Amino acid sequence: MTTVTTNKTDHGGDVRLSGISKTYGSFTAVHPLDLTVPHGSFFALLGASGCGKTTTLRMIAGLEEPSSGSVFLGDQEVTSLPPYKRPVNTVFQSYALFPHLDIFENVAFGLRRRGIKSVKKQVEEMLDLVQLGEQSRKKPHQLSGGQQQRVAVARALINTPRVLLLDEPLGALDLKLRRQMQLELKRIQTEVGITFIHVTHDQEEAMTMADTVAVMNAGRVEQLGSPTDLYENPHTTFVANFLGTSNLIEAEVDTKTGDDIVLKAGGGKLVLPEARCSAPTTTGGKVLVGVRPEKISLTHADDAGEIPEGRNRITGKIASGSFIGVSTQYVIDSAVCPEFEVYVQNVDRDTRLVPGADVVLHWSPAHTFGLDAAQSLLAGTPGSAGIQEEAAA
Amino acid sequence: MSTLTEAPPPLSPTAPEKKPPRKRGRFVPYWLLLPGILWLLVFFALPMIYQASTSVQTGSLEEGYKVTWHFATYWDALSEYWPQFLRSVAYAASATLLCLLLGYPLAYLIAFRAGRWRNLIMILVIAPFFTSFLIRTLAWKTILADGGPVVGALNTLHVLDVTSWLGWTSGDRVLATPLAVVCGLTYNFLPFMVLPLYSSLERIDGRLHEAAGDLYAKPSTVFRKVTFPLSMPGVVSGTLLTFIPAAGDYVNADLLGSTDTRMVGNVIQSQFLRILDYPTAAALSFILMAAILVMVTVYIRKSGTEDLV
Repeated sequence: MTTVTTNKTDHGGDVRLSGISKTYGSFTAVHPLDLTVPHGSFFALLGASGCGKTTTLRMIAGLEEPSSGSVFLGDQEVTSLPPYKRPVNTVFQSYALFPHLDIFENVAFGLRRRGIKSVKKQVEEMLDLVQLGEQSRKKPHQLSGGQQQRVAVARALINTPRVLLLDEPLGALDLKLRRQMQLELKRIQTEVGITFIHVTHDQEEAMTMADTVAVMNAGRVEQLGSPTDLYENPHTTFVANFLGTSNLIEAEVDTKTGDDIVLKAGGGKLVLPEARCSAPTTTGGKVLVGVRPEKISLTHADDAGEIPEGRNRITGKIASGSFIGVSTQYVIDSAVCPEFEVYVQNVDRDTRLVPGADVVLHWSPAHTFGLDAAQSLLAGTPGSAGIQEEAAA
Repeated sequence: MSTLTEAPPPLSPTAPEKKPPRKRGRFVPYWLLLPGILWLLVFFALPMIYQASTSVQTGSLEEGYKVTWHFATYWDALSEYWPQFLRSVAYAASATLLCLLLGYPLAYLIAFRAGRWRNLIMILVIAPFFTSFLIRTLAWKTILADGGPVVGALNTLHVLDVTSWLGWTSGDRVLATPLAVVCGLTYNFLPFMVLPLYSSLERIDGRLHEAAGDLYAKPSTVFRKVTFPLSMPGVVSGTLLTFIPAAGDYVNADLLGSTDTRMVGNVIQSQFLRILDYPTAAALSFILMAAILVMVTVYIRKSGTEDLV
């Protein structure tokens, strides 16, 4: 959370949403939302389809009128301004390039509308920035998906908007090209220093590109922070499951010793630093204990004695293991959690770790986080509401 | 590993086996074209050849007509009936322009604003086709009748003073004037303008309007720079579908016009059916066809629609 304000000190260009909401009949797409995007930052709105992220973006662009609240760009309120009067440009999901104009004219479109006569130099510079200088006289349909995407970025950026809005701009590209474009966009953003607000359902994309990520779920921002902060300290099960994978164990608060909380789970004891628990902890109360799969070490039950003291331990049996190359992903059947996921780097492969083997899982208490037990364990996992459609799409 | 090296061989023996049926299949499209080609041959090409030969025949009804390669018929027809040709082009062009002015907003409304009324409005556009062309044109005779409410209203508003001064109407009459003929043509061919316009407007991605708005284009500019250029294929096909049949039409001029508003269609009709001068009628038909072909070619070239997807 702290990283939100660590960006540039010039607050004149901040995007500020104050209590904006959007309802369609009885359906609330976006609940009243307060959000400040600092000037010059790369901000991502992350969520499954239908979570309200695109609606939020469209309200900033002026393409959707908020049901309540206001939108500020710096000190200027733009809530009632039509899109063509806002110093904001959008890169649309489908690019929306003008099919009857060539690449040059597509990019020059915004400049010409503002009455700028000599656009040649600017357009050529912009096309060079996105490495499309050679293609300027082609029509959009003659370009590949990745090139069209770059034209869409160039067409928006050339207007040097206060904010560039990106609505799932990489969704139509294949995986390899998407990775390449992520780095490209990040490079361009650093180069031009314009505020980027990027809407995506791809958590990896959001984490690679953005300085700050807001995770949205059902029309609300669940959590906002830097990618590492969100990943290491999720505050809800939705965030814990939607960003990467989390193992969640239901546990009971036993005692508190100094900065740590000791919990009981399935006969064993787990230690959780109090600072990393976002839920209220009263003795006897329930807490969800979470740990990321790559933080866990896997030791065969025969070597259990070699595990250092002070680590959280859980025993189980290997249900399955899949070799990925850099790592092996195991699913462990344990008493506290039926499908415990563990990723082990393939440094020294222990040949005894095969399905059916008894193992001890152990990790440093510092890598443990605590969540409120009153939430669904499955929120944000594939198959839960809202996530399923995304997988099908 | 072994499956990888063994997998490719089974593909090669099956590949040559598949080739022969593909060769036989090459002629399937032509077989499918055959009925259409036969139809065109019997009902289009043969009559055309017959008409072409008629146009260079001489003779009389009593003695019979013979092909004498008498091309002078063309020149005679043109020099005698050029006013009717010009009138046809002028009336058809006016009606096409009126159709475009009336049809574009209507098609735009149906494509972008009608919502759940879209299908109903489409049915209303097509509904006149459920009655005969003649009946509809005769109805216009009643609507524009002398002393009728429409003419009365136009008179009260002094509209007729202006149109009479322009030569479109004469005195208190609308019927039997150029205006009546152009109104009838406009009315009868309006659906041929609206339908192609609608289909090309409807295909425009709504996000292009949003993108243009996002790039500082105010609504009127969005229309000028994005919507209208993208609807050009519809404009071109709509104007052609209106202009071509309107230029050859004779029913409107016959029912709503007078001898002063005769179009080339009326001349051809009377040459064929009343005067029975078949060579002149055939020559006039070919001149009209050639004139339309030339105008359409120039128009398509000028509008540059080949560039549009």
